[in-house]
Amino acid sequence: MSQFVMPSLGADMEDGKLVEQLIAPGEPVTRGDIIAAVETQKGVIEIEVFEDGFLDQWLVPLGTTVAVGTPIALIRSGDAPDPPDIPQPTDPFPAPPPPEAPQPAEPDQPPVSPEDPQLPPEQPAETPDELARVARQRITPAARRRAAQTGFDLSSLGDKDTISLGDLPDAPDNAAPKPLSAMRQAISAAMTRSKREIPHYYLADTIDLTAAESFIAVRNADLAPDARLVMGALYVRAVACAAQSFPEFNGSFDNDSFTPSTAVHVGMAINLRGGGLVAPALLDAATGDLADLMGRLRDLVGRVREGRFRARELSDPTITLTSLGDRGVSEITGVIFPPQVAIVGIGAADWHPRVVDGQVAARRVAHVTLAADHRVSDGHRGARFLRSIIDHLQHPETL
Amino acid sequence: MTAKDIRAMLTAQLGRIAPDIDTSRIDPTLELREEFDIDSIDFLTLITALGKELSLDMPEADYGQMRSFDDLLAYLQARTA
Repeated sequence: MSQFVMPSLGADMEDGKLVEQLIAPGEPVTRGDIIAAVETQKGVIEIEVFEDGFLDQWLVPLGTTVAVGTPIALIRSGDAPDPPDIPQPTDPFPAPPPPEAPQPAEPDQPPVSPEDPQLPPEQPAETPDELARVARQRITPAARRRAAQTGFDLSSLGDKDTISLGDLPDAPDNAAPKPLSAMRQAISAAMTRSKREIPHYYLADTIDLTAAESFIAVRNADLAPDARLVMGALYVRAVACAAQSFPEFNGSFDNDSFTPSTAVHVGMAINLRGGGLVAPALLDAATGDLADLMGRLRDLVGRVREGRFRARELSDPTITLTSLGDRGVSEITGVIFPPQVAIVGIGAADWHPRVVDGQVAARRVAHVTLAADHRVSDGHRGARFLRSIIDHLQHPETL
Repeated sequence: MTAKDIRAMLTAQLGRIAPDIDTSRIDPTLELREEFDIDSIDFLTLITALGKELSLDMPEADYGQMRSFDDLLAYLQARTA
């Protein structure tokens, strides 16, 4: 029997609220299954189980906020569990959704999962009204995010069946002094720690993206929209390929030592509509072909837009990529997200005159920067790492 | 689908991707992605949805004809007429 605890989903997370129990006591679980969802200031995060066995019981009722490390469920390993020694209500939970269930494209729709399990009567209900309300109510992701960002108490809206963004007061006037939202506090905590603890050094260069853009145009010409590549996928793959060759930029720095990672989980800095940003990982970004990578990138961005993540995506990035896409400014230098040790920034591509084969030519050029941790690496290796990213992008067939 | 239907459908799809932007307040002649603050993946999501809804290929080579709200609307209307 082992305890399943509230995971830490990043250096800036102190607690989380259990908002979905997707497995009923007695049901089998397999490593990697999503068994619960937790609400944090970053959104709703799906929590995976890390072992095979059976769910013995939930230790925390729905709607409860608990600190990181608090046991929230008991997992029994091995064979089928004994019949529970507590009386079970019949079918206490509706069938959980398949873990990979596609999420609705409509951001304002309620989360897709049938997440309104009736509270099992045997669980201690410390605040029955609150719990009944949580169990019954659907709160849209946009409403959850606004509430988290503004500190609005959703329970003040009573027991409506569905709470959507329109039910909440507008975000406060920007001109008025106001306390930092939870999202801004989380960003502030992580970035302040970064600037306090990490001795950054910075390198910059340019990438000729002419070949990469035509690589994408040729490839996309005959593809249906949902199979097309975007440049961001090439950026992620180039960073992942380079990080495999230069392990001192890929991993985590904790307790005065650096642990390189063999897998490359590229954190993608993604802007949130309505304010703030998150940097969840595109896991194993060096594996699979480009079509597979692009599919996973779309899936990740789609879920970010709905305010829904998987736990590992927030806890496991090994390096971050921040890219302003093709509409931003020409250059961005990132702030390392602790405990990572490097962040790559790629600005918006634009036309520039460049000398190619002795001739001045109009080429598509983007600025690329590296901010890296001087405790782990130096400028010489940093320059080679940055060159490796550039080389991959200038030879897109290597991706 | 009538011209009016296509406009309503385009407005609805943009509303899904950019729920915080009021379509009546944007300038329909300016860069669509700027007006709705949508990135390349959001744009691909929009194109995918429009292509499915209207059974159009929406080739990437035609993206230049989809720059503003009005351009995109005219493009869709011309191809479904």
